[in-house]
Amino acid sequence: MTATTNDTHHDGPHDEEHHEHHIPTGIKRWLYTTNHKDIGTLYLWFAFIMFLTGGAMAMVIRAELFQPGLQIVEPNFFNQMTTVHGLIMVFGAVMPAFTGLANWLIPMMIGAPDMALPRMNNWSFWILPFAFAILLSSLFMEGGGPAFGWTFYAPLSTTYSNDGTALFVFAVHIMGASSIMGAINVIVTIWNMRAPGMTWMKMPLFVWTWLITAFLLIAVMPVLAGAVTMVLTDKFFGTSFFDAAGGGDPVMFQHIFWFFGHPEVYIMILPAFGIISQIIPTFARKRLFGYASMVYATASIALLSFIVWAHHMFTTGMPVAAELFFMFATMLISVPTGVKVFNWVATMWRGSMTFEVPMLFALAFIVLFTIGGLSGLMLAITPVDFQYHDTYFVVAHFHYVLVTGAIFSIMAAVYYWLPKWTGKMFDIGLAKWHFWCSLISVNVLFFPMHFVGLAGMPRRIPDYALQFADFNKWISIGGFAFGLSQLIFLALLIKACKKKGEPVSDQVWEGAEGLEWEIPSPAPYHTFETPPEVK
Amino acid sequence: MSEKYEKYYVPAESPWPFMGAVALFLIAVGAGNFVIETTRDKEGYGGYILAVGLITLVVMLFGWFRNQIHESMSGMYSSQLGRSYRQGMAWFIFSEVMFFAAFFGALFYARVIAVPWLGGASNNDMTGEVLWPTFNAIWPLIETPGGIKTEAMGWYGLPLINTIILMVSSVTCHMAHVALEENKRKNLKIWLSLTVILGCIFLALQVEEYIHAYTEMGLTLDAGIYGNTFFMLTGFHGFHVTLGTVILFIMLLRVFKGHFTPDNHFAFQAGSWYWHFVDVVWVMLFFFVYIL
Repeated sequence: MTATTNDTHHDGPHDEEHHEHHIPTGIKRWLYTTNHKDIGTLYLWFAFIMFLTGGAMAMVIRAELFQPGLQIVEPNFFNQMTTVHGLIMVFGAVMPAFTGLANWLIPMMIGAPDMALPRMNNWSFWILPFAFAILLSSLFMEGGGPAFGWTFYAPLSTTYSNDGTALFVFAVHIMGASSIMGAINVIVTIWNMRAPGMTWMKMPLFVWTWLITAFLLIAVMPVLAGAVTMVLTDKFFGTSFFDAAGGGDPVMFQHIFWFFGHPEVYIMILPAFGIISQIIPTFARKRLFGYASMVYATASIALLSFIVWAHHMFTTGMPVAAELFFMFATMLISVPTGVKVFNWVATMWRGSMTFEVPMLFALAFIVLFTIGGLSGLMLAITPVDFQYHDTYFVVAHFHYVLVTGAIFSIMAAVYYWLPKWTGKMFDIGLAKWHFWCSLISVNVLFFPMHFVGLAGMPRRIPDYALQFADFNKWISIGGFAFGLSQLIFLALLIKACKKKGEPVSDQVWEGAEGLEWEIPSPAPYHTFETPPEVK
Repeated sequence: MSEKYEKYYVPAESPWPFMGAVALFLIAVGAGNFVIETTRDKEGYGGYILAVGLITLVVMLFGWFRNQIHESMSGMYSSQLGRSYRQGMAWFIFSEVMFFAAFFGALFYARVIAVPWLGGASNNDMTGEVLWPTFNAIWPLIETPGGIKTEAMGWYGLPLINTIILMVSSVTCHMAHVALEENKRKNLKIWLSLTVILGCIFLALQVEEYIHAYTEMGLTLDAGIYGNTFFMLTGFHGFHVTLGTVILFIMLLRVFKGHFTPDNHFAFQAGSWYWHFVDVVWVMLFFFVYIL
C-alpha cells in the first residue's frame, strides 16, 4: 500500500483557517479534549493504572495461595479479590487499552482527521474512571465489594450477595454505555471516514479486526445490561427470573450472561489478532500472507462467537443434543483461528527476520496464545470438560489467551507505535528486560496451573489440599515475578513520556508500511485534515 | 466514502462530555443507593444524588445540543458529518434492539424451557415429582411453583387499542417527515403534533392498564416469571415511548422556532427513526407477550 500525504504538517498558529490549532494546555486539555490522540493517551494510561490495580489484587490472591491453609486474608475478602481482579482486568484494563489503541491508530491508518464523533469519544472515556471509582469504593463499604466472581452467577449475586450489588449493577451499566459509545464511534469512523482510495480490502488488519470487534460490542454490551438489570430486580424488587420457585431458572442467568460473555472474549482477542498482523509483516519484511483470508477468518470467528456460549455451561444439565451442538460449534472456531496462526507463520517463512522488541512480544504471542487455544479445544470436548470444569485448568487456559494473548499483544502494540507517538525511541535495554522477565515469569505462573487443574484443584477457593502445595508455591513465585516485571514497563513508559531517547525517523521501523508511518514522528496534534490520496 | 471529500468539522474542546460523565457518575451512585434505601427501609441521600445527577444530565444535554444546533445552522457541517450522525444513530438503535433481545430471550427461555422443565419435561421427571408435584406447567404461568397466583393479561381491549394508536402514530410521524421534506411547514406541524398527542394517549392508557393489573388482577412485577417478563418488557418499552415522546416534543418546539430545512434535519430524522423503532418493539410485544 502506498500513499501520498499532502499538507499534513501545518502545525502552529500560522494556519488561519483553524482557530483551535494550538495545542491546549493544563488540566482542561485532558478533561475537555476532542482530540483522538489525547483521548487515546488517556485510555492507555487509564488501562495501565487499572492493570496495575488488578495486578495488585492478583498478588493478594497468590500470596494467600502460596501455602495451603488460610494465612493472610479472610475467605470473603479472597472472593472479593478474585471478583474485582477479573472485572478490572476485563473491563478496566484490556478493553480500554484496545480502545485507546483504536483511538490513536484508526484515524491515522485510514487517513481521517479524527474519530467521527469526537465529543462522544471524550464522553465514553471519562465515564470509565467514574465507573471504576464506584466499583473500587464498594470494597471499602459495609459488607465489602462484589464477591460472586466476575461472572456474577445467580443466585450468588442475588440471594447470597450483599446490598452493595446495586452499586455494582449501576457501575456496569455506565461502563457498558461507555463501551457502546466507543464502539459506535469506531464503527462510524471506519465506515464513513476512510480517505479516498482506502477501499475495504486495502484497510490495515488492525482496522478490520476493530470494525468487527465494535460490531460485537454493540451487539452484546446491551445484553450484559439486561443481565445486570434482571439481577437487580431479582435481588431488590422481588422478580424471579433466576429463581425456580417463581417459574424462572438460575441456569437462565448463565445463558444470558454467556450470550454476552462469549462474544466478549473475542472482543478481547480480535484486536490482538489485528495488532499481530501489523507487526509480523514489518519485521519479517514480507507482505502479510493471506490478507483476504485473515479478514474472512476474523468475520467467521465473530459470527461463530454468537452460537457457542453454552460451552461454559456443560455441567449445568443441558440436554445431550445441546451439549453436542455447542461442542461441535466450539470446535469449529479452531478452523478460522488456525487459518490465522498459519498465516502468521507463513508470513515469516523465508522472511528477512529481525527481532526488535515488538517482534519479540508478537512471537511470544503466537506461541503462547496457541497454547491457550489448544487448551481451549480440550475444554470444548464435553465429556472431558466434566473433569476440567471449575478447576485451575480453566484458569490456566484463559490466562494464556488473555495475559500472553491479549496483554502481550497490547505490549507489542505499545512498543511498536510508541516511537511514532513520542518521536523518540524507547529504552531498548529496559524493554528487553521487560520482555524476558515477563516471558519467563508468566510461564512459571500459568503453566503449572494446567497440572494442578487436571489433578483437581478447584478455582476461586482460598485453601487447597496438601498435594498441590509445591506447584502453588512456584505459581506464586512466578506471579510475584510477573507483577514486579511490569514495574520495568512502568519505568520505561514514564521515561518515554518525558520524551527521552534517540529521535526516530518517520518510518521508525525499516519494514513498516501504512499511512501512520508516512506522517512525521512524533505524530502532529492534528493529522490528515486534508485526506491523503491512497493508491 | 464520498467521491468528493469535504472538510470534516472536528469540534474544539468541549466541557459537555465531561459534565455528562459526572452526571452518569451521580446517577449510578444515586440510583444504587436509592434502590438499597427504598427496598431496605434505610435512611440516606440516594434519591437526592440521583436527582442532582439527572438534572446535571439534562443541563448537559441542553448545552451540548445547543452547541450542535448552532454549529449545524451556521453551516459548519458537511454531508459527510451528516452521514456520521445517521450511522451513529442507526447503531445506537441496534444496541437498543439487543437490549430488548435480552428480555425477549428471558421470555422465550421461560416459556419454552424453564417452565416446562419445572413441570417435568425433558429429563426432569424428578424435579416435578420431588419439589413441586402439584405444579401445573402452563403459559401464561398463573400459579408459580412457589404458589403465587395471578391473572393473565388479555390482548383484546386496551392492548389492542394501544397497538392501533402506536401503528397510527408511526404513520403520522412518517407523514410529518414527508411534509418536512416537501417543505410544507403547516402540515409538518399538524402531523408532528398528532404524533406527540398519540404518544401521550398511549402512555396514559398504559398507566391505566398497569393500575388495572395491580389493583384488580393481582398481576404485579413480583408475581412470578409471567409478571416479571410482562412488566419488564412493557415497562422498558413504556420508558422508551416516554423518551421518544419527549424527543418528538422537542422537535415540535424546534419546528415552531423555524428549525430544519428539507435537506438538513438530522435531529428530526433521528427522532423519527427512534419512534418507528419503539413502534416495532410494541408490535413484537403485542404478539409475544399479549397474544401468544
